[in-house]
Amino acid sequence: MSTVIDITLLTFLAVTALAIIRTRNLFAAVMLAGIYSLVSAGLFTALDAVDVAFTEAAVGAGISTVLFLGTLALVGWEEEKPAHQPILPLVVVVLTGGALVWGTSDLPPFGVATNPVHESPIAERYIEESGHEIGIPNIVTSVLASYRGYDTMGEATVIFTALVGVLLLLAHGPHPRRVWEGDRWSTKWDDPQLQDEDDETLEGDGPFESDSPEGGSANG
Amino acid sequence: MNILGHFNYWIVIVLMMMGFYTVISRGNLVKKLIGLSLFQTSVFILYISAGKITGGTAPILIDDHGEAAEAASHVLYSNPLPHVLILTAIVVGIATTALGLSLVVRINEAYGTVEEEVIHNRDESL
Repeated sequence: MSTVIDITLLTFLAVTALAIIRTRNLFAAVMLAGIYSLVSAGLFTALDAVDVAFTEAAVGAGISTVLFLGTLALVGWEEEKPAHQPILPLVVVVLTGGALVWGTSDLPPFGVATNPVHESPIAERYIEESGHEIGIPNIVTSVLASYRGYDTMGEATVIFTALVGVLLLLAHGPHPRRVWEGDRWSTKWDDPQLQDEDDETLEGDGPFESDSPEGGSANG
Repeated sequence: MNILGHFNYWIVIVLMMMGFYTVISRGNLVKKLIGLSLFQTSVFILYISAGKITGGTAPILIDDHGEAAEAASHVLYSNPLPHVLILTAIVVGIATTALGLSLVVRINEAYGTVEEEVIHNRDESL
């Protein structure tokens, strides 16, 4: 029974991925990506990874979709037709995929209890001792919060770094803009102070000492 | 379940390559990021497939109280370690996606478009 569920969900995933590639409506693509995440959460449940399943359902299908929709509201929903036939990407993908499929012939078969990954003493120890040592029935929680607590702390650092990056990128401030000047594209800054630099109004009192707009841009 | 053999892994590779193809063949930056998250999710499935044991159950101790875990030691649990790694990967994945999307928003502010070809042409005409 679980074999049937497994095969069905994997087939759904492949069909959804194909639909994402084919559609040029980005709104549809984002919604399909949400479906893809939800189906993969179902697959994780079938593969006994319940914690991963609810995280994927909340983060992959929920937060990620919201972030993508927010971006689409700002950048538009239509994808342009590709300029040329994607022959080269197709060749690269088929070659890489072929090499990977060839590589799976060295992998142990799916779901066998004697696979190397299950024979490792560390997983055995988590399963047998975490009940005594940590006192929580959920082994994944024990490992995440206690045995590998430093990993989780490092993860928090990664999230903090991403947060700082997003804030720096989107925070209010002078943003450069590419503008057409009749014969060429050039970089302009939203901040009127930076744009007026040619008028010598900023001589000496601005944060940017250089006299060319380009130098000011680099400093900003 | 053994008739599956490597079926899971093959489908994972197909999904992975679909994500990869979207990243390298599409010019729209949002579409590229969607492809990247397809790729990411397929890697998650690869890891979780490796942790599955046929006939096993979710790695939550059957006994109510952790002390009596040895009473349930004959129960076959799937490997919890890949689950922990992938939990971390999901959260890191959403963090990188958020950063990528804010880069897209900034690129759109600066260039007025998120199509790679157009952006490239504007930079070439310097």
